[in-house]
Amino acid sequence: MAGETRVNLKKLKPYGDIMDDGTIQVCFTLPVEPSPEAREAAIMIAQKMGLDQIKLATMEKAADGFALFVIYGNVRHTIDFTQIKVVKIEAKKRSREEIDQIIAEKIGRKLVVVGACTGYDAHTVGIDAIFNMKGFAGDYGLERYQWLDAHNLGAQVLNGDLLEKAIALKADAVLVSKVVTQHNIHVKDLKDLTHKADQMGLREKMIWVAGGPRVTHPLALECGFEAGFGVGTKPSDVASYIVEEFLKRQGQGDLKATAAARPKGGKVPVKISPKKSKKTAKLPSRKKAR
Amino acid sequence: MAQLRLDSSKIDHCRQLAREISKPVEELIDTHTTIAIERATLRLIGVNGAVNRGGQAFPEVNAIIEDLQSEGTLSKGVLYWFVNGMIQKKMTAAELGTAVALRKINLLKLPRSPDEQVKKEARRLCDEAKKFLIRQREHRDSLRAELKDRFDPEGKNGPLLYVIVATGNIYDDVIQAKAAAQAGADAIAVIRSTAQSLLDYVPHGATTVGFGGTYATQENFRIMREALDAEGKRLGRYIRLTNYCSGLCMTEIAALGAMERLDFLLNDAMYGILFRDINMKRTLIDQHFSRLIIALSRIVIHTGEDNYLTTADAIENGHQVLASQFINERFASNAHLTDDLMGLGHAQEMNPEHPNVFLLEIARAQMTREIFPRAPIKFMPPTRYKCGDIFYSHLMDAMFNLVGVVTGQTIQLLGMATEAMHTPLLQDRWMSIKNAVYIFNGAKDLGRDIEYKKDGIICSWADKVLDDTVRLLESIRTQGLFRAIEKKAFAEVSRTETGGKGADGVMRRDSDYLNPFFEIL
Repeated sequence: MAGETRVNLKKLKPYGDIMDDGTIQVCFTLPVEPSPEAREAAIMIAQKMGLDQIKLATMEKAADGFALFVIYGNVRHTIDFTQIKVVKIEAKKRSREEIDQIIAEKIGRKLVVVGACTGYDAHTVGIDAIFNMKGFAGDYGLERYQWLDAHNLGAQVLNGDLLEKAIALKADAVLVSKVVTQHNIHVKDLKDLTHKADQMGLREKMIWVAGGPRVTHPLALECGFEAGFGVGTKPSDVASYIVEEFLKRQGQGDLKATAAARPKGGKVPVKISPKKSKKTAKLPSRKKAR
Repeated sequence: MAQLRLDSSKIDHCRQLAREISKPVEELIDTHTTIAIERATLRLIGVNGAVNRGGQAFPEVNAIIEDLQSEGTLSKGVLYWFVNGMIQKKMTAAELGTAVALRKINLLKLPRSPDEQVKKEARRLCDEAKKFLIRQREHRDSLRAELKDRFDPEGKNGPLLYVIVATGNIYDDVIQAKAAAQAGADAIAVIRSTAQSLLDYVPHGATTVGFGGTYATQENFRIMREALDAEGKRLGRYIRLTNYCSGLCMTEIAALGAMERLDFLLNDAMYGILFRDINMKRTLIDQHFSRLIIALSRIVIHTGEDNYLTTADAIENGHQVLASQFINERFASNAHLTDDLMGLGHAQEMNPEHPNVFLLEIARAQMTREIFPRAPIKFMPPTRYKCGDIFYSHLMDAMFNLVGVVTGQTIQLLGMATEAMHTPLLQDRWMSIKNAVYIFNGAKDLGRDIEYKKDGIICSWADKVLDDTVRLLESIRTQGLFRAIEKKAFAEVSRTETGGKGADGVMRRDSDYLNPFFEIL
């Protein structure tokens, strides 16, 4: 069709209503009274941010000595979308039934998952959403999995206590939730945990997973974890990852064959009842597994 | 106001059940004390300093009480020892407090004045403390009268605009609180540093570093109250101040809040048990003493039932909230709180994608209003289903505001578009207040101009929740409150009678236990 505009991935720009218009909206406050000078200052900030054709939609008095702005403008910059590389979790998303089945068939014992919200963080919302039977957004929690032995230690668990508990329960995976982020307390706590785990020689023996509204996968990696899950994560996302990572470490990486060989939607009769947690497989070292 | 036509005999039955549920707990309260009650007692008579311990300011009351407890002598009550010390040493409470905390004086090694003299002096000190609290209350009341104050417990003047500040630094909190007041906020809460409720002492002095909030200290209370008084005078509106009176120090926070003229305190009979894993006995004994102080100072409490809906599903568990409100009401009455001081809490936390969710939310909010007609109901905003989509979030808050104004809620904690992202920025709060001002004004009399259809979705839902509540309260009465909590009666949380933090701070009172506050509060 004539006049059709297509996205140029080599020079990607924000989209408003015309391809490559570069339109974005920003809202911010300046700690000065609203005034013609304040308006000019806001526009200058937008210019320095790389915006053209700046439209100052509103200047409001948010409080004495504070002016609030909403600004629209067109970004000058472009991004080469084809060159972007992102570190992300590479686990296939599976259902609870699939995950239980894989553990039953390939591992033959329950995987032990221990989770907590650590340090002085008192917010159990995240860890509960992942663990509690009921789960989150219609996705059942880890406690509901037949082949997971899930232990939610709750909030305000000190790192040392979490590690002791993980040893006592013979954890295969440790899940840490961090909600409070003021003064980067979440980063400090997460790093402290993996540091302690290193000292205790636990790092290679367990799978380390971090989660929370401000936790990203790269941040988790930076803190010495193997995976990080952010907002909107469902229990089955976490379980999918744990199972795949566990098998990868055991040298049974490729799950696709098994999944494909199975009749779609058909229930595979798994009659073996889960044995009480007993470490059967000796885990290869983390570095070797990668 | 539109009515749901709830069956009043069922409501009466619920109140009767709550009365029966609280009975065994009252016996526990009457025969025990805790380290926190004894510390609050000392604070009330004027021991509010701190000593240096390991480079940190450590409250004198903790130093004094710890020493008495380790000697096994606290079951007589701190005043039994301390007032004798004041007589023997001819010192004021503040002077003796410092000397004992520094271990320059050992209360147990002093000569003993006649019991009658100690009792009389203790009574005099407590009467003085009570007079001081009454003066503070009257000072607060005169400020309210002098300025415009549109607070009406029954919510007849529309919901109060209530927002939080949480920078971690009390001086930054002041800037944010003033800005919020200028934008239209009527009440400000300074969120506490996360997990302060688990500290078994109240930090001392002004603080500038906190996590997820700012420490509740006497000095921080004073700084914020002074700032809000000044801002209120400038704006010609009284601005209320809120803090958190839960956790291991709920008695002391009540005392400090009363001294520093706070208006609202979050204070729940069971919150600490369920959400902070504080020992049941400790919590139930402490909440009573804290509420005795609160009742004298006529501070409005906010109960914490809104929290149930963040851990348990809000559609399925409305009856848990209502049952808990009846229990909180009973415990509050036992501590002499009048109905107009009971800010019973609940929240709009149902799944926003549920069909007719607003009808169910209206039913819940409306029935709360009708069942507790004189209580200043506290209505909490959506948090559970909030995520980074601030536009959708702002819309959820708008609907929450509409439900609040239609159903006559009294104290509306305004939702923030950036909930689940960060502690509110200045502009977040401004936007949220503008949202509320618009809706509270535009739908001011909507609740008075509509009727709920008989047997419609709203009325039927309210009936169902009330029926479920009766059943839950009956089962709690049968099992007893402790056992019921163990069996997850509330918020899908289980706690045991002997478990939880702070259990070692509970003591059975000796026959010669001395604490005149129990007689005069």
